[in-house]
Amino acid sequence: MSETVASNLAAPRTGLPGLVDDWSVDKQTYHVPWGKAMMWIFLVSDTFIFSCFLVGYMTVRMTTAEPWPLPTDVFALSLFGSDPIPLILIAIMTFILITSSGTMALAVNYGYRRDKRMTAILMIATAVLGASFVGMQAFEWTKLISEGVRPWENPWGAPQFGSVFFMVTGFHGLHVTGGVIYLSIVAWKVSKGHYDKKGYEIVEITGLYWHFVDLVWVFIFAFFYLW
Amino acid sequence: MSAEAGQQHPLGIYLKIWILLFVLSTLSYLVDYIGFQGYLRWTLILVFMFLKAGFILAIFMHVMWERMALVLTILGPPVALLFLIGFMAVEGDYTFGARVDYFGADPNAEPLPVTHIGAHEEEH
Repeated sequence: MSETVASNLAAPRTGLPGLVDDWSVDKQTYHVPWGKAMMWIFLVSDTFIFSCFLVGYMTVRMTTAEPWPLPTDVFALSLFGSDPIPLILIAIMTFILITSSGTMALAVNYGYRRDKRMTAILMIATAVLGASFVGMQAFEWTKLISEGVRPWENPWGAPQFGSVFFMVTGFHGLHVTGGVIYLSIVAWKVSKGHYDKKGYEIVEITGLYWHFVDLVWVFIFAFFYLW
Repeated sequence: MSAEAGQQHPLGIYLKIWILLFVLSTLSYLVDYIGFQGYLRWTLILVFMFLKAGFILAIFMHVMWERMALVLTILGPPVALLFLIGFMAVEGDYTFGARVDYFGADPNAEPLPVTHIGAHEEEH
Protein backbone atom coordinates (compact mmCIF):
# COMPACT_ATOMS: atom_id res chain seq x y z
CA MET A 1 0.00 0.00 0.00
CA SER A 2 2.59 2.53 1.09
CA GLU A 3 4.62 1.38 -1.89
CA THR A 4 1.83 2.31 -4.29
CA VAL A 5 1.40 5.74 -2.74
CA ALA A 6 5.11 6.39 -2.90
CA SER A 7 5.30 5.37 -6.54
CA ASN A 8 2.25 7.55 -7.28
CA LEU A 9 4.02 10.55 -5.90
CA ALA A 10 7.22 9.87 -7.76
CA ALA A 11 5.75 9.14 -11.17
CA PRO A 12 2.01 8.72 -11.71
CA ARG A 13 1.17 5.43 -13.39
CA THR A 14 0.02 5.67 -16.98
CA GLY A 15 -2.40 3.67 -19.11
CA LEU A 16 -5.21 1.68 -17.53
CA PRO A 17 -3.64 1.52 -14.04
CA GLY A 18 -3.37 5.32 -14.29
CA LEU A 19 -7.05 5.51 -15.18
CA VAL A 20 -7.91 3.55 -12.02
CA ASP A 21 -5.62 5.74 -9.92
CA ASP A 22 -7.07 8.98 -11.31
CA TRP A 23 -10.67 7.94 -10.64
CA SER A 24 -10.18 6.18 -7.31
CA VAL A 25 -8.23 8.77 -5.32
CA ASP A 26 -10.52 11.14 -3.53
CA LYS A 27 -9.41 14.27 -5.38
CA GLN A 28 -9.24 15.93 -8.78
CA THR A 29 -9.53 13.37 -11.62
CA TYR A 30 -8.17 15.25 -14.61
CA HIS A 31 -4.63 16.49 -14.14
CA VAL A 32 -4.98 19.38 -16.56
CA PRO A 33 -5.83 23.05 -16.02
CA TRP A 34 -9.60 23.41 -15.49
CA GLY A 35 -9.95 25.55 -18.61
CA LYS A 36 -8.53 22.74 -20.70
CA ALA A 37 -10.86 20.15 -19.17
CA MET A 38 -13.81 22.49 -19.82
CA MET A 39 -12.71 23.05 -23.43
CA TRP A 40 -12.59 19.29 -23.96
CA ILE A 41 -16.07 18.85 -22.47
CA PHE A 42 -17.32 21.56 -24.81
CA LEU A 43 -15.62 19.94 -27.80
CA VAL A 44 -17.16 16.55 -26.99
CA SER A 45 -20.62 18.16 -26.89
CA ASP A 46 -19.87 20.00 -30.14
CA THR A 47 -18.89 16.64 -31.67
CA PHE A 48 -22.44 15.49 -31.02
CA ILE A 49 -23.92 18.59 -32.66
CA PHE A 50 -21.87 18.14 -35.84
CA SER A 51 -22.52 14.40 -35.80
CA CYS A 52 -26.27 15.06 -35.68
CA PHE A 53 -25.92 17.24 -38.78
CA LEU A 54 -23.87 14.63 -40.62
CA VAL A 55 -26.08 11.70 -39.60
CA GLY A 56 -29.13 13.74 -40.65
CA TYR A 57 -27.40 14.36 -43.98
CA MET A 58 -26.70 10.64 -44.37
CA THR A 59 -30.34 9.85 -43.67
CA VAL A 60 -31.82 12.32 -46.17
CA ARG A 61 -29.30 11.31 -48.81
CA MET A 62 -30.13 7.63 -48.30
CA THR A 63 -33.89 8.11 -48.17
CA THR A 64 -34.43 10.56 -51.02
CA ALA A 65 -35.48 8.84 -54.21
CA GLU A 66 -34.50 11.90 -56.23
CA PRO A 67 -30.92 11.85 -57.51
CA TRP A 68 -28.31 13.64 -55.40
CA PRO A 69 -26.48 16.43 -57.32
CA LEU A 70 -22.85 15.50 -58.04
CA PRO A 71 -20.64 17.63 -55.76
CA THR A 72 -17.70 17.14 -58.12
CA ASP A 73 -19.62 19.09 -60.81
CA VAL A 74 -21.51 21.47 -58.52
CA PHE A 75 -18.31 22.69 -56.88
CA ALA A 76 -16.21 22.82 -60.04
CA LEU A 77 -14.69 26.20 -60.76
CA SER A 78 -12.71 27.58 -63.66
CA LEU A 79 -9.56 29.44 -62.75
CA PHE A 80 -8.07 32.00 -65.14
CA GLY A 81 -10.38 30.92 -67.95
CA SER A 82 -9.58 27.20 -67.72
CA ASP A 83 -12.13 24.42 -68.02
CA PRO A 84 -13.96 23.91 -64.72
CA ILE A 85 -11.66 22.06 -62.29
CA PRO A 86 -13.59 19.72 -59.96
CA LEU A 87 -13.72 20.78 -56.29
CA ILE A 88 -10.73 23.08 -56.71
CA LEU A 89 -11.90 25.81 -54.35
CA ILE A 90 -12.83 23.25 -51.71
CA ALA A 91 -9.36 21.69 -52.04
CA ILE A 92 -7.73 25.11 -51.59
CA MET A 93 -9.92 25.75 -48.54
CA THR A 94 -8.85 22.39 -47.11
CA PHE A 95 -5.18 23.24 -47.58
CA ILE A 96 -5.69 26.65 -45.99
CA LEU A 97 -7.33 25.12 -42.93
CA ILE A 98 -4.53 22.56 -42.56
CA THR A 99 -1.93 25.29 -42.90
CA SER A 100 -3.70 27.22 -40.17
CA SER A 101 -3.70 24.13 -37.95
CA GLY A 102 0.06 23.90 -38.45
CA THR A 103 0.68 27.54 -37.50
CA MET A 104 -1.57 27.02 -34.46
CA ALA A 105 0.41 23.96 -33.33
CA LEU A 106 3.61 26.02 -33.60
CA ALA A 107 1.97 28.87 -31.65
CA VAL A 108 1.23 26.48 -28.76
CA ASN A 109 4.84 25.35 -28.81
CA TYR A 110 6.22 28.90 -28.76
CA GLY A 111 3.71 29.81 -26.03
CA TYR A 112 5.18 27.24 -23.66
CA ARG A 113 8.63 28.62 -24.46
CA ARG A 114 7.25 31.99 -23.34
CA ASP A 115 8.17 33.55 -26.67
CA LYS A 116 5.39 36.13 -26.70
CA ARG A 117 6.29 37.68 -30.04
CA MET A 118 6.37 34.44 -32.05
CA THR A 119 3.25 33.14 -30.29
CA ALA A 120 1.26 36.26 -31.14
CA ILE A 121 2.55 36.33 -34.73
CA LEU A 122 1.67 32.67 -35.31
CA MET A 123 -1.77 33.09 -33.76
CA ILE A 124 -2.48 36.11 -35.95
CA ALA A 125 -1.30 34.11 -38.99
CA THR A 126 -3.75 31.39 -37.97
CA ALA A 127 -6.55 33.93 -37.65
CA VAL A 128 -5.75 35.46 -41.05
CA LEU A 129 -5.83 32.03 -42.70
CA GLY A 130 -9.12 31.30 -40.94
CA ALA A 131 -10.57 34.60 -42.16
CA SER A 132 -9.54 33.80 -45.73
CA PHE A 133 -11.27 30.43 -45.36
CA VAL A 134 -14.49 32.17 -44.35
CA GLY A 135 -14.05 34.57 -47.28
CA MET A 136 -13.83 31.68 -49.74
CA GLN A 137 -16.85 30.09 -48.16
CA ALA A 138 -18.77 33.34 -48.63
CA PHE A 139 -17.71 33.27 -52.30
CA GLU A 140 -18.90 29.67 -52.61
CA TRP A 141 -22.27 30.51 -51.04
CA THR A 142 -22.71 33.53 -53.34
CA LYS A 143 -21.90 31.43 -56.39
CA LEU A 144 -24.32 28.65 -55.46
CA ILE A 145 -27.09 31.08 -54.54
CA SER A 146 -26.67 32.85 -57.90
CA GLU A 147 -26.99 29.45 -59.60
CA GLY A 148 -30.33 28.90 -57.92
CA VAL A 149 -29.42 26.71 -54.93
CA ARG A 150 -31.84 27.28 -52.05
CA PRO A 151 -32.48 25.30 -48.86
CA TRP A 152 -35.67 24.00 -50.53
CA GLU A 153 -34.63 23.57 -54.19
CA ASN A 154 -31.78 23.45 -56.67
CA PRO A 155 -31.59 23.07 -60.45
CA TRP A 156 -30.03 19.58 -60.44
CA GLY A 157 -31.68 17.06 -58.16
CA ALA A 158 -32.73 16.30 -54.59
CA PRO A 159 -33.88 19.55 -52.93
CA GLN A 160 -32.31 18.46 -49.61
CA PHE A 161 -28.89 19.13 -51.16
CA GLY A 162 -29.29 22.84 -50.47
CA SER A 163 -30.53 22.50 -46.91
CA VAL A 164 -27.67 20.18 -46.00
CA PHE A 165 -25.11 22.41 -47.72
CA PHE A 166 -26.24 25.61 -46.02
CA MET A 167 -26.73 24.01 -42.60
CA VAL A 168 -23.48 22.08 -42.42
CA THR A 169 -21.09 24.54 -44.05
CA GLY A 170 -22.89 27.44 -42.38
CA PHE A 171 -22.53 25.98 -38.92
CA HIS A 172 -18.90 25.13 -39.59
CA GLY A 173 -18.25 28.61 -40.99
CA LEU A 174 -19.77 30.08 -37.85
CA HIS A 175 -17.31 28.04 -35.81
CA VAL A 176 -14.40 29.29 -37.93
CA THR A 177 -15.59 32.89 -37.55
CA GLY A 178 -15.86 32.47 -33.79
CA GLY A 179 -12.40 30.92 -33.77
CA VAL A 180 -10.91 33.88 -35.66
CA ILE A 181 -12.32 36.28 -33.06
CA TYR A 182 -11.19 34.05 -30.17
CA LEU A 183 -7.68 33.75 -31.65
CA SER A 184 -7.39 37.50 -32.22
CA ILE A 185 -8.36 38.29 -28.62
CA VAL A 186 -5.95 35.74 -27.13
CA ALA A 187 -3.13 36.82 -29.49
CA TRP A 188 -3.63 40.42 -28.43
CA LYS A 189 -3.57 39.47 -24.75
CA VAL A 190 -0.46 37.32 -25.29
CA SER A 191 1.37 40.22 -26.90
CA LYS A 192 0.39 42.46 -23.94
CA GLY A 193 1.90 39.91 -21.54
CA HIS A 194 -1.40 39.16 -19.79
CA TYR A 195 -0.44 35.52 -19.34
CA ASP A 196 3.05 35.99 -17.95
CA LYS A 197 1.83 35.12 -14.45
CA LYS A 198 -1.06 32.77 -15.29
CA GLY A 199 0.95 30.66 -17.73
CA TYR A 200 0.42 29.91 -21.38
CA GLU A 201 -2.07 27.03 -21.18
CA ILE A 202 -4.59 29.41 -22.75
CA VAL A 203 -2.76 29.14 -26.06
CA GLU A 204 -3.06 25.36 -25.96
CA ILE A 205 -6.78 25.64 -25.06
CA THR A 206 -7.39 28.03 -27.96
CA GLY A 207 -5.44 25.63 -30.14
CA LEU A 208 -7.69 22.72 -29.13
CA TYR A 209 -10.70 24.66 -30.37
CA TRP A 210 -8.99 25.57 -33.62
CA HIS A 211 -7.79 22.02 -34.35
CA PHE A 212 -11.31 20.80 -33.64
CA VAL A 213 -12.68 23.12 -36.33
CA ASP A 214 -10.11 21.63 -38.73
CA LEU A 215 -11.09 18.13 -37.59
CA VAL A 216 -14.76 18.77 -38.35
CA TRP A 217 -13.80 20.01 -41.81
CA VAL A 218 -12.01 16.70 -42.47
CA PHE A 219 -15.33 14.91 -41.99
CA ILE A 220 -17.37 17.47 -43.96
CA PHE A 221 -14.86 17.30 -46.82
CA ALA A 222 -15.01 13.50 -46.90
CA PHE A 223 -18.76 13.01 -46.50
CA PHE A 224 -20.30 16.04 -48.17
CA TYR A 225 -17.84 17.01 -50.90
CA LEU A 226 -16.12 13.75 -51.82
CA TRP A 227 -18.74 11.04 -51.18
CA MET B 1 5.95 14.22 -18.03
CA SER B 2 3.90 16.34 -15.68
CA ALA B 3 0.59 17.64 -16.94
CA GLU B 4 1.01 20.90 -15.04
CA ALA B 5 3.95 21.85 -17.24
CA GLY B 6 1.64 21.66 -20.25
CA GLN B 7 2.09 19.80 -23.49
CA GLN B 8 5.50 20.55 -24.88
CA HIS B 9 7.06 18.52 -27.64
CA PRO B 10 9.81 19.07 -30.20
CA LEU B 11 8.87 21.26 -33.18
CA GLY B 12 9.97 18.52 -35.59
CA ILE B 13 7.00 16.27 -34.88
CA TYR B 14 4.55 19.07 -35.66
CA LEU B 15 6.28 19.83 -38.94
CA LYS B 16 6.29 16.16 -39.95
CA ILE B 17 2.59 15.75 -39.16
CA TRP B 18 1.87 18.99 -40.97
CA ILE B 19 3.52 17.69 -44.16
CA LEU B 20 1.75 14.35 -43.73
CA LEU B 21 -1.62 16.10 -43.51
CA PHE B 22 -0.85 17.94 -46.75
CA VAL B 23 -0.01 14.66 -48.47
CA LEU B 24 -3.16 12.96 -47.17
CA SER B 25 -5.32 15.92 -48.25
CA THR B 26 -3.79 15.82 -51.71
CA LEU B 27 -4.48 12.10 -51.92
CA SER B 28 -8.10 12.50 -50.87
CA TYR B 29 -8.53 15.28 -53.43
CA LEU B 30 -7.01 13.02 -56.10
CA VAL B 31 -9.68 10.40 -55.34
CA ASP B 32 -12.20 12.87 -56.77
CA TYR B 33 -9.92 14.32 -59.45
CA ILE B 34 -9.04 10.91 -60.89
CA GLY B 35 -12.68 9.92 -60.51
CA PHE B 36 -12.58 6.58 -58.71
CA GLN B 37 -16.10 5.23 -58.23
CA GLY B 38 -17.92 2.69 -56.10
CA TYR B 39 -16.38 0.80 -53.21
CA LEU B 40 -12.82 1.79 -54.12
CA ARG B 41 -13.78 5.47 -53.88
CA TRP B 42 -15.60 5.08 -50.53
CA THR B 43 -12.81 3.00 -49.03
CA LEU B 44 -10.12 5.49 -50.05
CA ILE B 45 -12.17 8.45 -48.77
CA LEU B 46 -12.66 6.77 -45.39
CA VAL B 47 -9.04 5.66 -45.06
CA PHE B 48 -7.64 9.14 -45.77
CA MET B 49 -10.30 10.74 -43.56
CA PHE B 50 -9.56 8.54 -40.56
CA LEU B 51 -5.79 8.97 -40.98
CA LYS B 52 -6.13 12.76 -41.10
CA ALA B 53 -8.56 12.88 -38.18
CA GLY B 54 -6.34 10.52 -36.18
CA PHE B 55 -3.17 12.57 -36.67
CA ILE B 56 -4.93 15.85 -35.85
CA LEU B 57 -6.38 14.36 -32.66
CA ALA B 58 -3.31 12.43 -31.57
CA ILE B 59 -0.56 14.95 -32.32
CA PHE B 60 -1.99 18.44 -32.82
CA MET B 61 -4.55 18.03 -30.03
CA HIS B 62 -2.04 16.05 -27.91
CA VAL B 63 -4.47 13.24 -27.12
CA MET B 64 -1.75 10.58 -27.37
CA TRP B 65 0.17 12.25 -24.54
CA GLU B 66 -2.81 12.77 -22.23
CA ARG B 67 -3.63 10.54 -19.30
CA MET B 68 -6.05 7.69 -19.92
CA ALA B 69 -8.78 9.29 -17.76
CA LEU B 70 -8.98 12.29 -20.12
CA VAL B 71 -8.53 10.21 -23.30
CA LEU B 72 -11.51 8.01 -22.44
CA THR B 73 -13.62 11.03 -21.54
CA ILE B 74 -12.94 12.41 -25.01
CA LEU B 75 -13.17 9.24 -27.10
CA GLY B 76 -15.68 7.21 -25.07
CA PRO B 77 -18.97 9.12 -25.50
CA PRO B 78 -18.70 9.45 -29.32
CA VAL B 79 -18.81 5.62 -29.54
CA ALA B 80 -22.58 6.00 -28.99
CA LEU B 81 -22.66 7.77 -32.36
CA LEU B 82 -21.72 4.53 -34.11
CA PHE B 83 -25.04 3.07 -32.96
CA LEU B 84 -26.91 6.18 -34.16
CA ILE B 85 -25.22 5.88 -37.57
CA GLY B 86 -26.02 2.17 -37.76
CA PHE B 87 -29.68 2.55 -36.78
CA MET B 88 -30.24 5.51 -39.11
CA ALA B 89 -28.61 3.64 -42.00
CA VAL B 90 -30.98 0.70 -41.52
CA GLU B 91 -33.96 3.05 -41.20
CA GLY B 92 -32.88 5.10 -44.23
CA ASP B 93 -32.48 2.01 -46.34
CA TYR B 94 -36.00 0.91 -45.39
CA THR B 95 -37.50 4.32 -46.23
CA PHE B 96 -35.79 4.38 -49.61
CA GLY B 97 -37.03 0.87 -50.36
CA ALA B 98 -40.59 1.89 -49.43
CA ARG B 99 -40.42 4.92 -51.72
CA VAL B 100 -39.28 2.76 -54.61
CA ASP B 101 -41.65 -0.15 -53.95
CA TYR B 102 -44.84 1.73 -53.05
CA PHE B 103 -44.47 5.25 -54.44
CA GLY B 104 -43.00 4.40 -57.81
CA ALA B 105 -39.75 6.31 -57.33
CA ASP B 106 -37.02 5.59 -59.88
CA PRO B 107 -34.03 4.17 -57.98
CA ASN B 108 -31.66 4.81 -60.91
CA ALA B 109 -32.49 8.45 -61.67
CA GLU B 110 -29.49 10.57 -62.67
CA PRO B 111 -29.03 14.17 -61.48
CA LEU B 112 -29.38 16.89 -64.12
CA PRO B 113 -26.07 18.08 -65.56
CA VAL B 114 -24.50 21.14 -63.94
CA THR B 115 -23.87 24.13 -66.17
CA HIS B 116 -21.94 26.92 -64.55
CA ILE B 117 -22.92 30.47 -65.29
CA GLY B 118 -19.81 32.16 -66.62
CA ALA B 119 -19.09 35.81 -65.88
CA HIS B 120 -19.77 36.68 -69.54
CA GLU B 121 -23.05 34.86 -69.90
CA GLU B 122 -24.44 36.50 -66.80
CA GLU B 123 -24.79 39.83 -68.56
CA HIS B 124 -27.56 38.85 -70.95
